[in-house]
Amino acid sequence: MRTLKYLLRKEFRQIFRNTTILRMIIAMPIIQLLVMPLAADFEIKNINIAVVDQDKSSYSRHLIDKIIASGYFKLTDYSDSYYNSFKQFEKDKADLIIEIPTRFEADLIRNNTNNLFVAVNAINGTKATVGSAYLNNIISDYNGEVRLKWNTPARFSATPTIEITSLNWFNPFLNYQFYMVPGILVVLVTMVGAYMCALNIVKEKEVGTIEQINVTPVRKVYFILGKLIPFWVIGMFVFSLGLFGVARLVYQIVPLGSLFTLYLFLSIYLIALLGIGLLISTYSSNQQQAMSVAFFFMMIFMLMSGLFTSVDSMPQWAKWIAACNPVTYFIDVVRLVILKGSAVSQIKTQFLVISGMAIFFNTWAILNYRKTT
Amino acid sequence: MNTEIVITTNKLTKKFGDFIATNEITFDVHKGEIFGFLGANGAGKTTAMRMLCGLSTPTSGTAKIAGHDIYTDTEKIKSNIGYMSQKFSLYEDLTVLENIEFFGGIYGLSDKEIRLKSESLIETLGMKSESKKLVGSLPLGWKQKLAFSVAILHQPSIVFLDEPTGGVDPVTRRQFWDLIYEASDSGITVFVTTHYMDEAEYCNRISMMVDGLIKALDTPANLKNQFKAASMDEVFFQLARGAKRKAD
Amino acid sequence: MNQFLTFVKKEFYHVFRDRKTLLLLFGMPIAQIILFGFALTNEIKNSNIVVCDYAKDAASQRIIEKLEASSSFDIEMTAMTPSQIEAAFQEGKAKLAIVIPANFNNDLLHFNKAQIQIIADASDPNLANTLTNYASNIIRGYQQELQQNASLTFRINSEVRMIYNPELKGATNFVPGVMALVLLLVCVLMTSVSIVKEKETGTMEVLLVSPFNPVLAIIAKTVPYFLLSIINLTLILILSVSFMDMPLNGSILLLYLASSLLIITALSLGLLISNSTSSQQEAMLISLMGMLVPTMMFTGFLFPLENMPWPLQAVANIVPSKWYYIVVKGIMIKGLGFSAVWRELLILSGMTCVLLFISFKKFKTRLA
Repeated sequence: MRTLKYLLRKEFRQIFRNTTILRMIIAMPIIQLLVMPLAADFEIKNINIAVVDQDKSSYSRHLIDKIIASGYFKLTDYSDSYYNSFKQFEKDKADLIIEIPTRFEADLIRNNTNNLFVAVNAINGTKATVGSAYLNNIISDYNGEVRLKWNTPARFSATPTIEITSLNWFNPFLNYQFYMVPGILVVLVTMVGAYMCALNIVKEKEVGTIEQINVTPVRKVYFILGKLIPFWVIGMFVFSLGLFGVARLVYQIVPLGSLFTLYLFLSIYLIALLGIGLLISTYSSNQQQAMSVAFFFMMIFMLMSGLFTSVDSMPQWAKWIAACNPVTYFIDVVRLVILKGSAVSQIKTQFLVISGMAIFFNTWAILNYRKTT
Repeated sequence: MNTEIVITTNKLTKKFGDFIATNEITFDVHKGEIFGFLGANGAGKTTAMRMLCGLSTPTSGTAKIAGHDIYTDTEKIKSNIGYMSQKFSLYEDLTVLENIEFFGGIYGLSDKEIRLKSESLIETLGMKSESKKLVGSLPLGWKQKLAFSVAILHQPSIVFLDEPTGGVDPVTRRQFWDLIYEASDSGITVFVTTHYMDEAEYCNRISMMVDGLIKALDTPANLKNQFKAASMDEVFFQLARGAKRKAD
Repeated sequence: MNQFLTFVKKEFYHVFRDRKTLLLLFGMPIAQIILFGFALTNEIKNSNIVVCDYAKDAASQRIIEKLEASSSFDIEMTAMTPSQIEAAFQEGKAKLAIVIPANFNNDLLHFNKAQIQIIADASDPNLANTLTNYASNIIRGYQQELQQNASLTFRINSEVRMIYNPELKGATNFVPGVMALVLLLVCVLMTSVSIVKEKETGTMEVLLVSPFNPVLAIIAKTVPYFLLSIINLTLILILSVSFMDMPLNGSILLLYLASSLLIITALSLGLLISNSTSSQQEAMLISLMGMLVPTMMFTGFLFPLENMPWPLQAVANIVPSKWYYIVVKGIMIKGLGFSAVWRELLILSGMTCVLLFISFKKFKTRLA
């Protein structure tokens, strides 16, 4: 037990003495947490639309006004030639082109029907679907207006209508940052924890000081604890700084659920994560290797965690991969607890899985680490 | 000389695949001896030493270090030995005092013992004004002496030194060997590998490894007689001439 | 020239002997392509929703049928109280609840008016919005069905055509992004760390005092990564074009030229980082921790750049992969030629020159 005290003293001294790295592990996540959520926004707004109006009637103008007034679209071009507008596509200046044919108003009034033509830049499939959906909604709204103008309104609504009321719970202002900040915080803390731990041990391997430890009676359990604990502390610290410093002060995100639940999960999560870092270090002989392997897994963890894209939409085989990813669980929990106030009993599965992972990875690492080869 | 045996090996072998790094080496080391383990680069010295320290498991053969079996009691061996590796062994980003405190602590010395020993150590080495400096900033010779002193801080029965004087000037080397003599006088057995043949003269007995085999084992004087050589250099030259392995 | 080649050969040995690093170099792009191509999508599918049907009549049945038919929803039929719905949200078991009140059909028939309540878990606002929209559309679709009987006058039809990517494949958006990400990050990381490693181990000093121009030695270090990146690029192209129907409409030569330019930019950035740090750990922290998330975000394939506040859009402009992404989309998907992308290529070249200039100045001041 005493040996652990000496090991920890040594580790903390070494870590705090390296001010450059210390500053980096704290500053980088915080800066990124400040900036990145502002950039992360899937909401489709400011869709660039180019209008080709070959009618130039009051009806066509009315439709165009409606489109702009919706707030979803930005008019970037107004011309009377589809060919010219298409150039906008090539230059990425327009996402949609709507072509209103000549005699739009006249034909509509006389013949009861008319056609509009919409071209959508579908490189970004989601943007295309959503953008065209919005536009279609506006067009059919406009359609309803036209109909109303010409038909005599009945005393009751002549056609059955379903009134849809929609409620948004937990985030009534639909603030996307509420959703992204906790997730990004998780990813940043993960990076700090995993990288630093893996590299620290491998550095001792590279320099040769690890041999000096192997030759002492220090039990490997204590050695490994001596490596885990400092980074566990750093992980907790960075998370707290992110949660109270950035999330609360800058984004006004206050956890709805219990901090105890959150920190309990965080503690176990960090153990699991550092276990992975440890494991990587036992399989690497130099820093470059450790870093390559860590980077590889980090990338996959980040992409498959549900941070940017939802796990539900993945095919089954991908869901299994996501289920083996510790980051998935923490991002889940962090969103559940902070945004929805979930209690421990409601996230039992996640707790069980992450504890299992913590035990699994650390055991593997301890078994793999050999003082005698 | 003390006849108590602290290291005994019998046909100790280490193979890496087909490559036989140490080939059935057999020898004994007595308590308090300064035992020189010589050989060219690649002869197998470091491999042998790592086995004796419990860092590497032998492929076959037996050995006992300070009475503990090399296969089953490696952790007990480690409590009884000190080690100074070829690559540097102290933490460059910790101070002299911090290094001493750390190694003292993990070898189980009490706080009081650590304090007393660090004071006397620093006094002996003349590092009073350097005690709070980072080890990385010290000149090489001082680092070596400090590393040795730290290796014997816990009064181990045997201290293993792997090429401890590489890269230092002759004066510092001489000072270093003074430390080794002191240790030996206080009952610590010193097991040292080197390829400086003049250092061989300082040892009580030496063994010479060539291509994984021990080709000679005796006092320097006897060996010089046996090979009709004027210096250990010549002895080495005669033995190692036919060596096939030239690098570690 | 011979000396240069000697250096290059040595560097190749370094790289190829380290299998774990090779795992990263080749494994990562392949893994990313597979993930982005087949697993990751912005589409909303299989979201768990709860339908509380208090009406249990023909109308509600019809609506539920339509909901079930949609691939966006995985429906569970349970009548839930509001607090039960909240709990379901809190356990992550459902993302949306649709409440159909009793007498739904009756209300429609007799009063021509009925209500449906959609409650969304808005912790993920995007999902909430989308699911609400989809559900609303389906409900409105049902409404349309009812209205078929009413005379439909003044019908405006819109004919919609999807250009460049008629099947709305996600690959077209992601693959150029993955190319940009992989080429940029891997090159920066590998170059910066391997050069700093020489500084750390002291072999750099050996180079500096040798008669060989140290600049050549450093350039030699980057050559293997350049070639490996080109191989990577080829791998990505083969995979994406064969397995993910990624179009390749423009000139392949231009694509490779543009990619080479990006690689050189990345290598220059790696060089600059290696000049500014003294340990591998630092270099890695900057290249990995510092650049991973920003590059992903600012390249423009995950999140639309135009959504970002303008200071961030300005920041995105200094991220080389952003410009490369535009070029690749232009060449591969739109089939454009040099005349359309020369501006972006110029910007990349400019960045490279600036980076190299700063690197060499730093290098010189250290030598002096």
